[in-house]
Amino acid sequence: MTKHREQMNVVIVGHVDHGKSTVVGRLLADTGALPKGKLESVQAMCKRNSKPFEYAFLLDALKDEQSQGITIDTARCFFKSKKRDYIIIDAPGHIEFLKNMISGAARAEAAMLIIDAKEGIRENSKRHGYMMSFLGIRNINVCVNKMDLVNYDEKVFNQIKEEFTKFLKEINITAKNFIPISAREGDNIASLSAKMPWYRGYFILDALDHFEKEALKVDKPFRYPLQDIYKFTEKNDDRRIFAGRVETGSISVGDEVIFFPSKKTSRVLSIEGFNVDEKNGAFAGQSTGLTLETQIYVRPGEMVCKRNEIHPHVSNKFKANIFWMGKLPLIKGKNYKLKIATQQVPVVLSEIISVLDASELSSISNKAQVDRHDVAECVFEALKPVAFDDIVHIPETGRFVIVDNYEIAGGGIILSPVYEEGSVLNQYIKTREFNWVRSEITPATRSIKFDHKPAFVIITGDTNHGKLQLARKLEEKLFQLKKNVYFLGISNETLTQHSDEKNKTLAKVSHLRQLGEMAHVLTDAGLILITSISDVDEYELEILKSLSRPSKAIVINVGETQFDLAKADLHFDNTDKMESILEEIIRKLDQDLQLDPEYAI
Amino acid sequence: MNKSMTKLDMLEAQSIFILREAYREFKNLAMLWSIGKDSTVLLWLARKAFFGHVPIPLVHIDTSFKIPEMIEYRDRLALEWNLNMVYGQNKELLESKQTFPDGNITRLACCKGLKSEALKHTLAGDWPRYRLNHETKKYELDTNTEPYTGVIVGVRADEEGSRSKERYFSPRDRNNDWDVGDQPPELWNQFKTDFAPGTHLRIHPLLDWTELNIWEYIERENIPITGLYFDRGDGKRYRSLGCYPCTTPVESTAKNVADIVEELRTGKFANIAERSGRAQDKEDGGGLETLRLDGYM
Repeated sequence: MTKHREQMNVVIVGHVDHGKSTVVGRLLADTGALPKGKLESVQAMCKRNSKPFEYAFLLDALKDEQSQGITIDTARCFFKSKKRDYIIIDAPGHIEFLKNMISGAARAEAAMLIIDAKEGIRENSKRHGYMMSFLGIRNINVCVNKMDLVNYDEKVFNQIKEEFTKFLKEINITAKNFIPISAREGDNIASLSAKMPWYRGYFILDALDHFEKEALKVDKPFRYPLQDIYKFTEKNDDRRIFAGRVETGSISVGDEVIFFPSKKTSRVLSIEGFNVDEKNGAFAGQSTGLTLETQIYVRPGEMVCKRNEIHPHVSNKFKANIFWMGKLPLIKGKNYKLKIATQQVPVVLSEIISVLDASELSSISNKAQVDRHDVAECVFEALKPVAFDDIVHIPETGRFVIVDNYEIAGGGIILSPVYEEGSVLNQYIKTREFNWVRSEITPATRSIKFDHKPAFVIITGDTNHGKLQLARKLEEKLFQLKKNVYFLGISNETLTQHSDEKNKTLAKVSHLRQLGEMAHVLTDAGLILITSISDVDEYELEILKSLSRPSKAIVINVGETQFDLAKADLHFDNTDKMESILEEIIRKLDQDLQLDPEYAI
Repeated sequence: MNKSMTKLDMLEAQSIFILREAYREFKNLAMLWSIGKDSTVLLWLARKAFFGHVPIPLVHIDTSFKIPEMIEYRDRLALEWNLNMVYGQNKELLESKQTFPDGNITRLACCKGLKSEALKHTLAGDWPRYRLNHETKKYELDTNTEPYTGVIVGVRADEEGSRSKERYFSPRDRNNDWDVGDQPPELWNQFKTDFAPGTHLRIHPLLDWTELNIWEYIERENIPITGLYFDRGDGKRYRSLGCYPCTTPVESTAKNVADIVEELRTGKFANIAERSGRAQDKEDGGGLETLRLDGYM
């Protein structure tokens, strides 16, 4: 069997018209990577349209792109050197297409930054240089192109080299090579050029071959963002498989694991796969599946780690650098969606520390919003805690994107967690209480009239298990016992139809917020309010409880749960013995909702 | 444990990751299966991603001009692998014989009608879909007419110019249009999974694979592939499969997967486009691109 060849992704960046596509076209032509007849057919087309042939046309496979004359998206092409196979990602230089440039660069292991010798360093030469540093690309060649237009003058090259080296130093980057080239003439592309005898460094192809591939991250702590939990029971498969990709580190059968942010623990029973030999371990880069020794109930998005290794940060607030690509600016107080590893959580921008002009490296600290193409240092607050690492230690789990409406509008790297009291929700509740005009009838007066305190009874657990039926029966019983009771049977779907339906994450939170608000009003009116809701976690439960305060919330769990069972007031495995369950709940309510002796006075 | 990955291992891991993201995020998800080598590798990757199962319906567009062996192969695997198999077709054009093989319309118009249109309406659910009943082994009218909002497709970036600009998760608007100039950013394996009502996403797990990778993987995994790709004695084989009136085989004596891998490695076809045997690509100066903007896969 032939040895597998190594592969490397290289992105080509630089200011518009500095000749990126020409460099790629030339590389393809000079390494024999073009399909037969392609060169000739493009040359013939140029002749027909009586315009001079350019190597860049080879890439412009799309009609509308040719009509605009600029690369609008990241094109991928393939070529080989003696050492390895390359995927070249040709990224557009125009500022309007920054998000395309970033999409290309984000999957690159190395970069070639092209600067026009005649035009010199321009805004996007710097911006793209900065983005390379942001994206964590360390293998960078700076190519000074169009040397033919400056008579292959060494002085021009040295001046650009000096100036750009200084800039890169400010953002903590060292270029591996500076190479004087002319893509049009083929100088220093696939061989050393005789026209620049003063330069005896690497030519482009050689410089690429001298880049070293980053080692896989097997030596770092184990990070396994949970993608999904599969149980294909209907296909006669009883395995409960925790599916994901190992981002860093490795895991073996028998290892103790801990999930974040839920902090549930278990031990790895098996490593699953299809059409593979039996495995007893998995390591960084592999998409795999784990089964566990104990049944634990968590949602996709949790981060699986090893108990005996360094754990990730768990916080709902963090400081980050962000670059913004959205058509609308990033503003405070608006609900966005945070996607970090496989977690998806609502998030708000809570503070802008500074906004950086990437092309000038000057920072503006009093901006009230982050505009398109800005880079900023900010503090974000998620609605509930998320698990992450900081960019320095584990970049794979220290990066995130922000979704605005339906679009990925920003990308960021986490600098550090921020631990402090006083969440956005608590702020809101304080404001609500402050603005609420209360009536003359106090809660105590109402309790005396109804002969019991109000309460918010939340019946929860995993789906099915007859929660809804239990809730309705409970209302009936309490009503017969002359309690002031109401069952709120509003499903998730009903509520969200009238609210923000844009995505599931925000919709669920919106549902919880509305439910919490209703509970607050109805319990304030003295009711025992009963509702059933599936699949809430600890933090979501906390949202409901906070919003409905000061009334007591009573949590009844049926079946499996995502939160610690100690947080439930009552727990039942199922609703098979409905009558005795009802009795137990009523006993508990009688106890908890009894009037305090001083009320009666 | 040897903790290193080959190129194929990395390609496989990324494709599996993408398939699982799609499966988690889309309620109405479908995978297109053209019976060709790429979408069959995709199907195999789905079995990898979901531990031997394929919990996603497979959609095939039957132009009725497919080489008969392809349909036999489709149904054999569908039964064997317990696949949720669905097909759709442009009944109107076929019944009125408005096709290229019938001599009534051009190649491009035929492709547009029998493939693009049929695909669009089958995905949207406003034309009949036929689902394989595993008990009777017959296709029955599918009662599910909900539109598919996520469609997994086996395109590769190295196939052809326009495909090199795709994203892993690529939005299509109400009219199936692909706005090449305004594609979502895609970074750090965070994909566009939120979409406005009426729009849908195409998902491309094989984007980074090359033709050679596909065959190397078929060899490594021993994936059953239709025999049309092999020389069966006449010194010819198909390199890309389509409708028989518009697909011509290439000169090759590759008799099995290992032969094909060897053939591609030696660079026999390095200078000949993979789809060169597909006649529709050559029409109108930019046939495939025109078709793709129109929803062709």
